[in-house]
Amino acid sequence: MANREVSSAAGMEGRRCPYNYAIEELEDTAYRLSREIIDMTTRAGSGHPSSSLSAIDVMTALYFGGIMCYKPKEPDWPDRDRFILSKGHGCPALYAVLAEAGFFDPALLQTLREIESPLEGHPNMRVLPGVEASTGSLGQGLSIGLGHALAGKVDDRPYQVYVMIGDGESDEGQIWEAAMAAAKFQAGNLTAILDFNKFQQSGPVREVMPTLEPLTDKWTAFGWDVREIDGHDMEATMDALRDIRRIEDQPQLIIAHTLKGRGLSPFEKNDVNRKHGVPLTEEEAEVALEELHEQRQVSAYAHAEFEPEITPEDRYGEI
Amino acid sequence: MDIGKSIGLEYGLPIRNAFGETLREIGHENPNLVVLDGDVGNSTRTNYFRDDFPDRFFNFGIAESNLIGVSSGFAASGKDVLAASFACFLLCNAYDQIRMSIAFPKANVKLVGSHSGISIGEDGPSQMGIEDIALATSLPNFTVLVPADEPSMRAATRAMFELDGPVYLRSGRPEVPIVYADGFDFEIGRANELRGGDDVTIIACGLMVAAALEAAADLSEEGIEARVVDMHTVKPLDEAAIEKAARETGAIVTAEEHVLNGGLGSEVARAVGRLQPVPMEFVGIDNTYAESGKPEELLERYGLMPGDIKEAVERVLARK
Repeated sequence: MANREVSSAAGMEGRRCPYNYAIEELEDTAYRLSREIIDMTTRAGSGHPSSSLSAIDVMTALYFGGIMCYKPKEPDWPDRDRFILSKGHGCPALYAVLAEAGFFDPALLQTLREIESPLEGHPNMRVLPGVEASTGSLGQGLSIGLGHALAGKVDDRPYQVYVMIGDGESDEGQIWEAAMAAAKFQAGNLTAILDFNKFQQSGPVREVMPTLEPLTDKWTAFGWDVREIDGHDMEATMDALRDIRRIEDQPQLIIAHTLKGRGLSPFEKNDVNRKHGVPLTEEEAEVALEELHEQRQVSAYAHAEFEPEITPEDRYGEI
Repeated sequence: MDIGKSIGLEYGLPIRNAFGETLREIGHENPNLVVLDGDVGNSTRTNYFRDDFPDRFFNFGIAESNLIGVSSGFAASGKDVLAASFACFLLCNAYDQIRMSIAFPKANVKLVGSHSGISIGEDGPSQMGIEDIALATSLPNFTVLVPADEPSMRAATRAMFELDGPVYLRSGRPEVPIVYADGFDFEIGRANELRGGDDVTIIACGLMVAAALEAAADLSEEGIEARVVDMHTVKPLDEAAIEKAARETGAIVTAEEHVLNGGLGSEVARAVGRLQPVPMEFVGIDNTYAESGKPEELLERYGLMPGDIKEAVERVLARK
């Protein structure tokens, strides 16, 4: 079968993606949302801006590139495509995206982490429209996404489920339980995106868990279609997200090589964890916003140690 | 097992079978129901459902964390979901997943844990769920059901699907005595008085209800009239029934096939202390794991027989 649109033609009625931006618009949107991430976390005085900035480009592509169909004013629309942020600490990115998409008033972004705010420190699906799963205890989102995907198959609904997981999060055994099961049930309507920003809380992924890699080999062995992209290259991201929609009976993983902190110098100065869970000071935020303005596009591949897993040497050489 | 035979109780199906049969019936009535298994469907009896509805039955292998997460996703997409495994594997292995993916978001998932208590016998302590009631009761938003026999398990299985929200239903392996006659009422959150009496109240759940009835019959021969209450819903607790029992009988004994910490006894004591303080005694597993053995040998060794309840009543009456 060529693609899911054809297979579920009946369910496609009224299925329209609310945004269908071209590359340049996507890049501009990601730039603005990156500013929001820095603003809201610095204002809140806590949160995980670097983990949000690594993910923002891919999330922008999903929500605004015509990939995901949804209705911001009808968040429970049964045929909506779903996005689950399994690495829940990256939620400032999710909040920025959802506000931009129209799920709630963007003014709420200024209330991040306040006691009366629905923008909690980690996403709570019960209080904020557009949040598909309550996450923050790592490892659980892919299983939840698989549940949505299998429900879609049982009910013959046309939606796709996207789950963003973290690299450090992939230490959790549940990720691999879900990976195994998704392939068993041929969940072609499940797409995982690995935000491979190379740092977890206590250090570089390659130090904390050097045997997490090779990731491509592992996921391929678990039965998934796997591809790697530069997760800050909007064109490559869009190409990958479009291309995987042709896959009918196999779950797909996109390994998005990203920069934790999106290459901004206040984060880059921290070689341990790229300021994991630490907001920028107002002075640092000023520097970061200026850099963002000057250099809207960054490349994960420009960082030598972030090359994709091309050769066995890359995979096993310098661990 | 001989519990209840001396007072004429007949043995019904193992409650896991009653659960499995009822689940299959509900499957015929409700096409929106999906059932998720952790590779123990022939033990929990969800395989009865699988036989009739293979397309709505999913075996996720021996991976309880994923099992729970997937159940949450199914529920969020609008399916009626039941996930089952052994009580210990479900509650102990996947506790954070139950907390985070089910309890916190109030997911409409029904969890069934079989092989609860020590009466599973020979398979030994690694398979015995003896902390499950405490674990489930600790979770905000959860309803916790511990039916006593075949008829009440059938009723509980049906009743829990009427609730919108997370439920833990405790199932079990052995054949157990039937304590309910036809036509009884089963309402979640409302305890059932199975025997009248004004000297003392025995509040029990699960298999211990039958043991309590036997103990009460023995006590009656000594002139002590014990009220027996089946507290099939451990959460939310029927506080009105507890308050009434405390006020009218002045002494309470609880009995459960579970560790004493955090189970039925703890919950009842919290209500008694607040509403109507009276002397209490507690029958349960006292801070220990069991071992392999025949069910009745284990119940005897760990103080869960009718005689143990009777002794607890005598102790509490001495303090009344």
